[in-house]
Amino acid sequence: MRLAAEATTQNRGQAQGRSTGAPVDRRHQARRLTLALVALLLVTSVSSLTFGAAGTSVWSAIGNLIAGRELSQLDRIILFDIRLPRLCLGILVGAALAVSGAVMQGLFRNPLADPGIVGVSAGAGLAAITAIVLGSMLPVSLRDTLGNGLVPVAAFFGGWGSTLILYRTATRGGQTSVATMLLAGIALGALAGALSGILVYMADDNQLRDLTFWGMGSLAGATWTKVLAALPVIALALCAAPFLARGLNGLALGEAAAGHIGIPVQRVKNIAIMAVAGATGAAVAVSGGIGFIGIVVPHLLRLATGPDHHPLLPNAALLGATLLLAADMIARVIIAPAELPIGIVTAVLGAPVFLWILLKRRAGLGL
Amino acid sequence: MSLLSRLSKGVGLFLLGTLAGQIACAAPAERVVSVGGSVTEIVYALGEGHRLVARDSTSSYPAEAEALPNIGYARALSPEGVLSVSPDLIIASAGAGPVETLDVLKQADIAYAEVPEVYSPAGVITKIETVAAALGAEDKAKALLGDIAPDLETAHAEAQARAGEAPVRVLFVLSTQGGRIMAGGRNTAADGIIRLSGGINAIDAFEGYKPMTDEAVSATAPDVILAMDRGGDHGVAMEQLASLPALIPTPAAQNGRLVRMDGQSLLGFGPRTADTIRTLSEAFYEAHAK
Repeated sequence: MRLAAEATTQNRGQAQGRSTGAPVDRRHQARRLTLALVALLLVTSVSSLTFGAAGTSVWSAIGNLIAGRELSQLDRIILFDIRLPRLCLGILVGAALAVSGAVMQGLFRNPLADPGIVGVSAGAGLAAITAIVLGSMLPVSLRDTLGNGLVPVAAFFGGWGSTLILYRTATRGGQTSVATMLLAGIALGALAGALSGILVYMADDNQLRDLTFWGMGSLAGATWTKVLAALPVIALALCAAPFLARGLNGLALGEAAAGHIGIPVQRVKNIAIMAVAGATGAAVAVSGGIGFIGIVVPHLLRLATGPDHHPLLPNAALLGATLLLAADMIARVIIAPAELPIGIVTAVLGAPVFLWILLKRRAGLGL
Repeated sequence: MSLLSRLSKGVGLFLLGTLAGQIACAAPAERVVSVGGSVTEIVYALGEGHRLVARDSTSSYPAEAEALPNIGYARALSPEGVLSVSPDLIIASAGAGPVETLDVLKQADIAYAEVPEVYSPAGVITKIETVAAALGAEDKAKALLGDIAPDLETAHAEAQARAGEAPVRVLFVLSTQGGRIMAGGRNTAADGIIRLSGGINAIDAFEGYKPMTDEAVSATAPDVILAMDRGGDHGVAMEQLASLPALIPTPAAQNGRLVRMDGQSLLGFGPRTADTIRTLSEAFYEAHAK
């Protein structure tokens, strides 16, 4: 809790300090950064369609189309059924994870907050593990209807379910206590972890291996079905950003102060929680466990443009998508034709960056 | 050969039944990917190793296989990785996946043969027949089975005879991570090879590989401990295993009865299984022989 308290003072200090500085400069800087990030995302997207284990490239495909030649069946499958859904899923998941991280950190006024902390990821993970281990016990008719969607659907509802429990626990008389929620989240995460442990014990050899790989996360199983399933939920969560930006900026002053300057505190908290649950649940559902995007991206951006959530949230979506696509390219190229689970890549890249940010911030704040 | 002509050749291949893995070949597949250690072994044993263009990470025998590109772990294959070696036939152990990858491969009209895993001599024969049918090498399979099938029977019969009325109780230890023993229960390759070699699996209480408490391990009181040989210093590893608290009180550790064998030949149920049975049976009953 000391960390949370310290962070609160930091954020407050920053918010006040910066508002007395040169806001116009910052706004220009943020706009330039957004443009740069859009360009970077475009470049990464095209690269993501260009590089892969197979020699097919989007350029040769475009060349063929212009020349009026038909694409070979293999090229078509690699571009349209493997790389393109993977690109879309990478953008959605990366944006969802980074924005969820930024919103959580704003809501808890704690730079270490992450959907993992409030138990949303753990709840989604528990449901996914349950589906992997106990899925065979479901009635055949239900299993056939859900098919490959069983694990993602379970993860999604697991994320929502754990958020609901959390929210009920932390809300008294219409007031949600963020501190209670943080603590309840830690408890819920521990419980989900323990229940997952029981299921791991029950799992057979093959299921255990599936669990291991699922936990490391991957975009390798990207399909259009998954993209279409994740799109509406994540898009809805991202659409809440403009409203949340103003609310989270206000909340940085503390709940009481935010209420006084006309921020509908309770509504901001409600929407923030729903957005994070939806976006994280959907991301975990389609890609498994991918860490560090949610915690590293907002930090990097705050270093560049400060704590204002107006540029932070959209920029987080852009940078999160870009970084995840880059990590995915590394994952699929580095040991081709085999592939690394992407969670390993984001952790290997993310952990040192996170450490570096901590050290830098520590020096900057004289801690 | 261009990609297109390779593909048009692939179109000539049709998957008749995935379970049986029977394939009617218009033209023999030229670029084969094998998934699963024993599948790869069988392809080489059939003398068709030259047709392989890639293998999975569990295919480490024979040594030539390791020179082939590795498409990753059998249960976590990436669709683009597999397509990048432009295969026209994939032969895979049951359980290869994930489903999304297999769906894409089917869409790309790549023939796919699934090889069932059954831990018995009949299972080995079925595997060889299935792989041979997928490769269109039935004649070579006949020759190979002419050697292997009777050999398996003899090895099994010899092992049974050696076991006689008092078969040894064997505990298979898959791993000892953090001092906790992961042991092999019913319906595992370990259980199958122990029985074929004239032993009794000391664990009857559960299916699959599971971690056990020290007390439960001691209570199984095995005569022999069987483990995989992961290379390195043989003697030290043996001592380490025998000095685990759970194993110290067992007859196996007391009498120094630890047997280690390369994992693929031990659990693979492939062309080398008859040899495995002989080696294990000798190791199980060496005290009787003396």
